[in-house]
Amino acid sequence: MEINKSSLNLSVSLSGVTLQNPVVPASGCFGFGYGMAEFYDIDILGSISFKGTTRDSRFGNPLPRVAECSSGLINSVGLQNPGIDTVIAEELPKMREVFHQPIIANISGFSIDEYVECCEKIDKEEQVAIIELNVSCPNVHGGGMSFGTCCDSVAEVVKEVKKVVTKPLYVKLTPNVTDIVSIGKSAVEAGADGLCLINTLLGMRIDIKTRRPVVANRMGGFSGPAVFPVAVRMVNQVAHSCGVPVIGCGGVSSAADVIEMMMAGATAVEVGAANLVNPYACKEIVENLPKEMERLGINSLSEIIGIV
Amino acid sequence: MKIKGNYTIISNRRLTHKTWVMTLGGDTSAITAPGQFVNIEIPGKYLRRPISICDYSHERGEIVLLYDVVGDGTSAMSKMNQGDSVDMLIGLGNGFSLESGAERPLLLGGGIGCAPLLNLARALKRIGKNPIAILGYNNAADSFGMDKWFEEIGVEAYIATVDGSVGTKGFVTDVIREKNINGDYFHACGPMPMLKALCNGLDIPGEVSIESRMGCGFGACMCCSVETRDGSKRICKDGPIFRKEELIWK
Repeated sequence: MEINKSSLNLSVSLSGVTLQNPVVPASGCFGFGYGMAEFYDIDILGSISFKGTTRDSRFGNPLPRVAECSSGLINSVGLQNPGIDTVIAEELPKMREVFHQPIIANISGFSIDEYVECCEKIDKEEQVAIIELNVSCPNVHGGGMSFGTCCDSVAEVVKEVKKVVTKPLYVKLTPNVTDIVSIGKSAVEAGADGLCLINTLLGMRIDIKTRRPVVANRMGGFSGPAVFPVAVRMVNQVAHSCGVPVIGCGGVSSAADVIEMMMAGATAVEVGAANLVNPYACKEIVENLPKEMERLGINSLSEIIGIV
Repeated sequence: MKIKGNYTIISNRRLTHKTWVMTLGGDTSAITAPGQFVNIEIPGKYLRRPISICDYSHERGEIVLLYDVVGDGTSAMSKMNQGDSVDMLIGLGNGFSLESGAERPLLLGGGIGCAPLLNLARALKRIGKNPIAILGYNNAADSFGMDKWFEEIGVEAYIATVDGSVGTKGFVTDVIREKNINGDYFHACGPMPMLKALCNGLDIPGEVSIESRMGCGFGACMCCSVETRDGSKRICKDGPIFRKEELIWK
């Protein structure tokens, strides 16, 4: 196939939102972007999924919150964030100074009311193009079980949030379920415009010298290159059965991983843990994508979405 | 401005049964204050390891790291060889303040926490201050001879050991009492119980460098947050050095 480098097309479209490329730092691994702008011009990114935001400010879990794993890490940060009002008043303006691409707003909640309130507020922010619902937090009114582990609770939260938002609503799915496809389908039937997967896998490490869990919260979310094959499999299953665009996430560390995730079915790709060990990870991926496309004979990234 | 770069190991040698010293060559320009740290990539480990900078020289392009071998990561570090290239993020953290205005600052170290005080002593001397170092260890076997390094740069140094096997028996505060040392500010680095005792027990202003397991080391992941009187702070980015009145001891 003839490849003309100048005509390589990296842009992708998520529910009508055009991203200049599919590379998006994942929520919780990039803050609100401006801190990372000390390393490079973050305007080269497709989007940023900002730090998971709740109604009230949260300090999060006790320390230690992080544990080393083979090809990955466990974190139990516990949704530390300054709360939706401070995010809108202070974080978004700082973000606006250094980032001019569409933003993905990652919203968390412990009750349906909280999701609705936060989404209604963030929906009014011009910078925000897509709302990403993190349904992996425990439902305080549902016995503490995560919203995202049950079809009915996912559907309920999506249905209520959909009533108050105008922007595309993506649901970030937890992989800690028996059948992720049925959860994805429930979200879509309730009105989700797209899906994002996978969130972290629940994991645990024990310090065998002290005979105690390494993270203070006992367990946490496992992420990093080790989970990439799980993510590719789940993205592939969900993308081919739920009928909405998918943002692929989980262990992506290179331009080749981005292409693999897109072939599996992802329209855009979030990069999480890789940013924490190499602050330039997303920059390097964006820069290497054209080379990788050329090598593989890909003219336009959108043509490979879900080809496998 | 932080830098990610390749550094060459000039030397990596053992000082005691657990403490090692590694000297690396490369671009030091991102280091702007004593008390900052590097985050070093270790073959076979996913997360980097944060290690405080013991000393550096912009002229020679050198960084000195002191580290205790406490787990797999630091054990792998001790097996790195002269000439090896390592990837590090440098210039991380806020660093010690040189603007306390104090004439006689006390540099109080506990164990491996003595490390960043050496370059601090150098910087304080440079601006005409007269620091004094007090180094605390569990016992003589843990002491890595750092008092000599302070003396080489013209800084008076004392040792305290818990078992009294070298220097004053007790803690760094016992040295202050025994030698009747009058400091007007303190800079401390060491284990949390020591820092707590200093913040609560010394009636002079001061600042402490605190340690934590870290994810990224540059403020992105929130894995090392601490609640302070000025709200939540990231140890890696807003710290690791905090004024004593900022910290809340439970």
